[in-house]
Amino acid sequence: MKHNTDNHKAAPKRPKHRFKPGTIKRLYSYMAEYKYRLIVVFLCILISASASAASSLFLRTLIDDYITPLLGQANPVYASLARAVMSIGAVYLIGVSATLFYNRTMVIIGQGTLKKIRDRMFEHMQALPIRHFDTHTHGDLMSHYTNDTDTLRQAISQSLPQMLSSMFTVIAAFVSMLYLSVGLALFVALFAVVLLKVIRVLVGRSGSYFVKQQASLGDLNGYIEEMINGQKVVKVFCYEDSAAKAFDVKNEALCDSATEANKYGNITMPIVGNLGYMLYVIIAIIGGAAGIAGVPNLSLTGVNTLTIGTIVSFLTLSRAFINPIGQISMQFNMVVMALAGASRIFELMDEPVEQDNGHVTLVNVREESGVIHECEEKTDIWAWKHPHSDGTVLYTPLKGEIRFFDVDFGYEANKIVLHNISLYAKPGQKVAFVGATGAGKTTITNLINRFYDIADGKIQYDGVNINKIKKADLRRSLGIVLQDVNLFTGTVLDNIRYGKLDATDEACIEAAKLANADGFIRMLPQGYHTVLKGDGSGLSQGQRQLISIARAAVADPPVMILDEATSSIDTRTEAIVQAGMDALMKGRTVFVIAHRLSTVQNADVIMVLEHGRIVERGNHDQLIAEKGRYYQLYTGVFELE
Amino acid sequence: MIRKLLASVREYKKDMILAPVYVTLESVLEIIIPTLMAFLIDNGINQKDMTYVWKIGLILVVCAVFSLITGVLAGRSAAIASAGFAKNLRHDMFYNVQKFSFSNIDKFSSASIITRLTTDITNVQNAFQMMVRLAVRAPMMIIFALIFSFRIDAKLSLIFLGVIPVLGLGLWLIMSNVHPIFVRVFRTYDKLNSVVQENLRGIRVVKSYNREAFEVEKFKDISKSIFEDFSKAEKRLAFNMPMLQFCLYGSMLMLSWFGAKAIVASGNNAAIGLSTGELASLITYTMQILMSLMMLSMIFVMIIISRASVERIVEVLDEESDLKNNDAPIRDVKDGSIVFDDVSFAYTASADKMVLNHIDLTIQSGETIGIVGGTGSAKSSLVQLISRLYDATSGSVKVGGVDVRDYDIESLRNQVAVVLQKNILFSGSIKQNLRWGNEKATDEELIKASQLAQADDFIREFPDQYDTYIEQGGTNVSGGQRQRLCIARALLKQPKILILDDSTSAVDTKTDSLIRQAFRENIPDTTKIIIAQRIASVQDADKIIVMNDGKVDAVGTHEMLLVNNAIYREVFESQNRGGVGDEA
Repeated sequence: MKHNTDNHKAAPKRPKHRFKPGTIKRLYSYMAEYKYRLIVVFLCILISASASAASSLFLRTLIDDYITPLLGQANPVYASLARAVMSIGAVYLIGVSATLFYNRTMVIIGQGTLKKIRDRMFEHMQALPIRHFDTHTHGDLMSHYTNDTDTLRQAISQSLPQMLSSMFTVIAAFVSMLYLSVGLALFVALFAVVLLKVIRVLVGRSGSYFVKQQASLGDLNGYIEEMINGQKVVKVFCYEDSAAKAFDVKNEALCDSATEANKYGNITMPIVGNLGYMLYVIIAIIGGAAGIAGVPNLSLTGVNTLTIGTIVSFLTLSRAFINPIGQISMQFNMVVMALAGASRIFELMDEPVEQDNGHVTLVNVREESGVIHECEEKTDIWAWKHPHSDGTVLYTPLKGEIRFFDVDFGYEANKIVLHNISLYAKPGQKVAFVGATGAGKTTITNLINRFYDIADGKIQYDGVNINKIKKADLRRSLGIVLQDVNLFTGTVLDNIRYGKLDATDEACIEAAKLANADGFIRMLPQGYHTVLKGDGSGLSQGQRQLISIARAAVADPPVMILDEATSSIDTRTEAIVQAGMDALMKGRTVFVIAHRLSTVQNADVIMVLEHGRIVERGNHDQLIAEKGRYYQLYTGVFELE
Repeated sequence: MIRKLLASVREYKKDMILAPVYVTLESVLEIIIPTLMAFLIDNGINQKDMTYVWKIGLILVVCAVFSLITGVLAGRSAAIASAGFAKNLRHDMFYNVQKFSFSNIDKFSSASIITRLTTDITNVQNAFQMMVRLAVRAPMMIIFALIFSFRIDAKLSLIFLGVIPVLGLGLWLIMSNVHPIFVRVFRTYDKLNSVVQENLRGIRVVKSYNREAFEVEKFKDISKSIFEDFSKAEKRLAFNMPMLQFCLYGSMLMLSWFGAKAIVASGNNAAIGLSTGELASLITYTMQILMSLMMLSMIFVMIIISRASVERIVEVLDEESDLKNNDAPIRDVKDGSIVFDDVSFAYTASADKMVLNHIDLTIQSGETIGIVGGTGSAKSSLVQLISRLYDATSGSVKVGGVDVRDYDIESLRNQVAVVLQKNILFSGSIKQNLRWGNEKATDEELIKASQLAQADDFIREFPDQYDTYIEQGGTNVSGGQRQRLCIARALLKQPKILILDDSTSAVDTKTDSLIRQAFRENIPDTTKIIIAQRIASVQDADKIIVMNDGKVDAVGTHEMLLVNNAIYREVFESQNRGGVGDEA
């Protein structure tokens, strides 16, 4: 679009790893419907972590209470051991069930939350004003659906439960350690603090390189996208070597930051794990010395002496305590990245939606003895319905009259691009806009269907101020065919039917015939049922325009806007289409924008625009006779002789 | 396929090999450590022998230090190797794409090449890093752990032999079940992306037809099928962890029961049979073995996911440009004359209909040639053969009296400048964009070319003039301005042949004629070929070629064609209806 020269893209982007405060809370609000399930998941993780702690504790019980007493017995009786094994077995079984349950429930919560976010985001995006799409690159908007949701998915379904479970395991292990020996547990806690300091440094380093990596990845991918999309131009200009050289620089930068980021990520686990082994040795030495010396041991169950079983169990617990710390730190970057993604998504959702204060609606009516009645069934007769504050309702028949009264407009508040535009189009008239690129022709049409709202003045449709008309109804009463044709994945028929969803196949084919598209459509491999992909890339620009004309024809609105609708159709074909176009335009109010003056010659009135002002108006003959700007434009063609 | 991929490892081969070596050392140490721990408990703490505890403790610490060092080194090497490998792979792909001909690009489509260069490479990089670190580690751990546990107690270790196949089978069942679902999910993801993309591009259409709700429904449908499939897949994957726990706990219970009996039988004497310390080691090994199995299953998933990516990457790497220089290419283009000698052309070899049929044309150097014809009459195809963007299927195209296939491609294209119908500007200043035509062009040359292309005036109206930043795709200049910048860019090449493929369609008629006038006066020796929709753009040409359905319908001057050619006359009349032009 022409007015994309905005300040938005120039604004510095927030660094990728930052997230707004409140993001977590907001994320939770999307999970709120799973509140009870979340509590159950929480409990299950707790149970599962307890079961794994119990398994470490069991070793002590096994050795101290069952194996040691049986040692040296001539006829050991294993009945009590069997009972103990059975009961811990039961605990394990509960633990496994809890694990299974929370893993499966988390899938629903994670995927459900994501679906909700995705759907809400798209819904919200549909409600955003055109301005938002004109001022943001598609790539930026796309990345919310790809990168941002993807990291969020991984964080919710993997990192979150893993972190929770690790956290519980750490706590459970620590409580168990306290249960065995307060002194040793405190020592382990002290060690953990040191360990956390080390981890913080590592994670911090890795984090800042991760940010760098994301930035250089974005940079490189952006470059790749631009160059590959322009690859044909690259070839025409023999620019391959230069393109490759610039690519190498960016590629090298990415490689450097990726290496560093992964390096720190990769070495966290070995460092934590092996420091854990060292802790193990230290505890063995201290505990061993204390146990041998018979030092009194304070535990949660009271003061006793350190037994061998206690030390052995404690050693196992220390492993169960340290390893999850490493796992949490591994997930940390992932979670931060996901939160940053989530906060970008929420930012989009916070964008204000298109305002619609309209109360005048378009309804089907039936005329009975000169009086208009609203009715449910389709009559193909339409009227504007104005409810008044006093409860009375006024019906005005839909005719298609458009009036502009002293309209001013600018895409930015302080830059007016249209000045004092006044014009009227009576029902069935054809109004053409001509003028140089950037004179404001497209802008005028953007105002009629309220893609943008005017700054000053007023626009009326059938005598109703368009601000009072519900946007959906206003747009339903306007058909639009744009220069840039956009088709959707689906059959040709689907694409034509886009104009009116309940149109029959016959009506669509009729519309295609009207637009003179029927001929080439029938030549397609599956005719009307040929599936178009990638914006109809298999078709020529002209063929795509014909489909979009058919799409507008099937919608059958009283007012049509044709913005360079036939620019890519060669004039000879246009002459053939013209018959269809004339049929299409018959009985409708039509606004035509065209470069080709031949397209607009038969207009009822031609407006010549210059720098946002109407400088001349009149029909072709009048304007030619005036020998003004239009005459110059028109005869410019012949000036060469 | 893998070999093709590994060819991109190159200077990172050292790290690629070192990483698993370090990993192997690390896993050996990680297996030795539990054994040492068992010694520590059995012979040290249980025997209340503190000197032994100190001795083994010290060895343990040394082992831990070594394990730490090897672990860090392994992590480092893996990071270097995988980032480097990705870099080289990306480099190789990008360079190969640079060699692509137009038909190669058409074959893949830009969008697909981009995905292959970005997402697919990232997938492969992640998989590669994981392979280098874990693919060796997991089996090593299993093997070493098994060896050590068998050394401790062969009978008890039989438990592992029972459990491993059970877990392995379970994992395999889950994976093979989940794989097809994942493949489907990723395909649905593509669909979701394309819906969003189409919606963004066509947002004006969506809004003018009030199709927001319709689009939301379309999106929700796909979103729902992603939700369903993903949930299905992940719910099955959710069995992994509990199954692992089940096997782990099961083995531990059996170890406890049989281990207790064995310890009692041996009197807790390691020399005779099992000891308490050894039992603790066995339990550690159980965890290690089962965890490693889990790792293997994850690697398996990774491979499945990245397999598709690998295939897509190799496809690009394997693609060979179908345009190649001759052995002794000619670098000098003598003049701008062009001859089409019985040229026929089709975009793909398999096409059953030729796009161009038996074209014979002779164009003198310095002539101005206009080409007109309906949509799909192959005007663009015709001119694209001149700078050898495609090769003729049969017949020959000669420039300066030499077959284009005998030229060095770069030399030829430097002399034949084409302004494509889909003209593209790149992000960067106007100056940078213009210098694509000639990297060494001086500011004066830039201005001169811009003047000829009638771009100088509007450029000077920008606050930053020639330093104005052009957004990606040139979205911040109008269509007509973009076309004129593209023409200026082509002029800077100072080519012998200049081809404008409908490049002034968005320029108003007045400017259009000024451009042609400038061409006539300033570059009289350059052969100028102008494809246009407007008769006005070509009617002063030396010769006008009328194309129809892949054939030359007529060649002649404006006046001749008006008299002799029905198509031309029809087009002319359609553009000059009303007859007012005749008066002027």
